[in-house]
Order: sequence, then C-alpha cells, then structure tokens
Amino acid sequence: MTRQIIAVFKKDLLSEIRTRYAINSLVMFVVITISVILFSVGNESVPADLTGGLFWVVVFFTAMSGLSRVFVTEEERGTTLTLRLLAKPAVIYLGKLLFNNVLIFSMNIVIAILYSAFFDTFVIESKEIFIIAFILGNLGIASASTVLAAIIAKASSKGTLYPVLSFPILLPLILTLINLSKSCISGTSFEESQVSLLILFCYNVMMIAASLLLFDFIWKD
Amino acid sequence: MSLYELKIQNLRKMYSRRIIFSGVTIHFSKPGVYGIAGTNGSGKSTLVKIIAGLLIPSSGTITHILNGKNLPEDQSINLVGFSSPYLNFYEEFSALENMKMLTGIRGLVPDEDYLNKLFDHFHLADRKNDPVKAYSSGMKQRLRLIFAFFHNPRLVILDEPVSNLDNSGKEQIYRLVNQKQTESIILIASNDDSDLALCEQVTNIEEFKETQ
Repeated sequence: MTRQIIAVFKKDLLSEIRTRYAINSLVMFVVITISVILFSVGNESVPADLTGGLFWVVVFFTAMSGLSRVFVTEEERGTTLTLRLLAKPAVIYLGKLLFNNVLIFSMNIVIAILYSAFFDTFVIESKEIFIIAFILGNLGIASASTVLAAIIAKASSKGTLYPVLSFPILLPLILTLINLSKSCISGTSFEESQVSLLILFCYNVMMIAASLLLFDFIWKD
Repeated sequence: MSLYELKIQNLRKMYSRRIIFSGVTIHFSKPGVYGIAGTNGSGKSTLVKIIAGLLIPSSGTITHILNGKNLPEDQSINLVGFSSPYLNFYEEFSALENMKMLTGIRGLVPDEDYLNKLFDHFHLADRKNDPVKAYSSGMKQRLRLIFAFFHNPRLVILDEPVSNLDNSGKEQIYRLVNQKQTESIILIASNDDSDLALCEQVTNIEEFKETQ
C-alpha cells in the first residue's frame, strides 16, 4: 500500500512540475498578498501580535487558492475514473494528502521567510514551540483541504464552494494557531502552550481519521 | 492457471426513480468472450461500470471468485481491466509514462517487454514517447485498449472497443481478443455486429428492463 501511495504522490508531483497548475497560483497569491499588506502598512511598524495573526491569514488563503487543485484537475481532465480503477480510495486519499502536505509545507516555509524578511516585528521568541505549531498547523490545513477538495471537485461552482466549506472546518485550527503564534512571538513555555498543541494534534488525528472513513463515499459515485 | 469466475446476482440500478435495469443475473464461469448488447441508453455502460466497481448498484451483488474463493472488493481491483471511450489519461505525460505510472499506482511492477509488445501490436511503438495530448482520438482508443490488457487481468471489460478505430485498429483488437480468450473472461459491451460476432454468448440488457 505504501508503494501505491508513493506512486500517486509521484504522479501528482511530476504532473505539477510539468503543468504548474497549483504552484503558479500559490506563488502569485503569496506575492500579491504580502505586497498588499506591505503597501497598506507603508512606513508604519506592524505590531508583533498582528504579524502572527496575518501570517496565518496569508497561509489560509494561500491554501484555499491552490490545495483544491489536487482533485479538481482530476475531475476537469476526466481522469478520476481512471484513478478509481487502479487503487482503493484510501490509497488515493493518502497519496493526494502527501502531495498537499509537501505543497503547503514548501509554500509556508517561503511565506515564513518572506515574513521574516519584510516584517521587523515578526520575531519568534519561542522558536521550538512555533516549529511544532507550524508542522501541526500545516498538517491540519492539508488534511482538511484534501478531503474538502474531493467533495467540491464534483460541484459546478468549485471556486466559491471551497473557501465557504473550508472556513468553518478550518476555523478552530486557525484560531488556535493565531493564539499560539502570538504567544510564541511574545515568548511562552512548553507548559503554557501544551493545551493549544494538544488541540492541534487532536484536530489532525480527527481530521485524518474522519477523512479516511468518509473518502470511500466521496470517491465513489 | 488459477480459475476465475464472475457472478452477477440480481443486479438493479436506478437513477432517481428511473429503473435502468433490474434482476440481472449472469454467471461467467470460464474464460471466453461474452457480449452485452442493447440500444443506446439501455444501460450497457452502466452495467459494465458496476461490474468494474466504478458505480454502486441500487441492489444486487457482483462476486469475483478466484480458485473457488470469494474475493473482497479491494482485492479484485487488479483482476479487472477496463477500457471505455470516456476513460482519459494524463495528457502532459507520454503514453509510455502513463502506462508505467498507472501500473505503479496499481502496486505492480510494469512488464516492459509485454508493454512494448502491446505498443507494437497497436502500431503505437513509434509514438509511445509522445505526450498523449498529441494523440488522435483513434490513438487514444488504442491506448485505452493497451491499458485494459497491460496488467494481464482475469476479467477484461471492453465498453465500445472499436469506437474511433479505423479498420486496422479493429483488426488489431479482434486479434488480441482472440488470443486472450483462453486466459481471461472478456466482456464486450457494444452495439456493433462485428464486435458481438466474437462473443460465444450475448446478453441483451433490454431483457432486464422493468417498467414501473
């Protein structure tokens, strides 16, 4: 099964390298959003608390602009049927989840670097905790986005439906991440952040488990 | 060679309140070529999609039996080969890359010699490295047929196999079907008389129509 999951991931990665369906929209979104924030701020210094919140806002909307591609392109190209002939639904879901994880991790590392470069106040005091939150946050966004992408891929108004459906599902995750980032910027201990980190961990476990259970029904007509 | 059987029992499919077919019961107990005939819109493609596991029936069961043992659905995936005009490949990849990648997703190792033989058989050998987006509709259909046979399935489902094919393409698929009929159950869903002439038994789906 692992070999099959990796084969799905490799197929998506090669396809992305050749077509650049998702990468282009993600990069453009990141560049435009950060530019707009910089223009609107002007010469003023952004409060440290605010940069933590804005960071996850950029991450959320970037994810919304690119992560649905993983299933939408299959549906648009009519290759969903071909994939359904090849492997169990769980294999397809986990392969796509792996691809979305790689995509969101790469993108968010770029966002974090750009943020550190352009916002002087975006200085993380508790780096270890922020890294754990960053990893768990990305996993959560990728797992929720992947299953939602599978749901909306069959709908006619995909562009609108994706952020509308994602917002309530990702809200608890994003709120926890924003609070945790604020604490990390002002400096926090592991003990103080334990509950928030546990929330992120449980969110991931719940989201992946529920997605695996639901995906059979979403994937088959 | 292991013994494969396909049992279709009391199959019924409804789209909203419209019954497509009902009470389809067929047992394919040995290799051979079998036909499913019916007019346009009679439900041939729906039936073969259900057999291939692409659609869920409203009621009834499909049982894949290997050496007398009923196989669960997830273990029967690689026993089935499927070709249909509505099956698409990844256009940014070449035909060869498509076949290798798709075999990898099946969890199998591609047999390159056999794959090359199939490309030769369907006269695609000199175009196998071209991206699929450069293929004509007839070439795409030949690729679909390669896809159906490539992993040596025990059940080959060919929905409208000669769609978009020229005479040479038709002759190539008929020759391959004749070669494979001693190893696999080959199910052809078609209206074409020359396709159905290959079949030792033809089931007319119209017989399973039920008026409400």
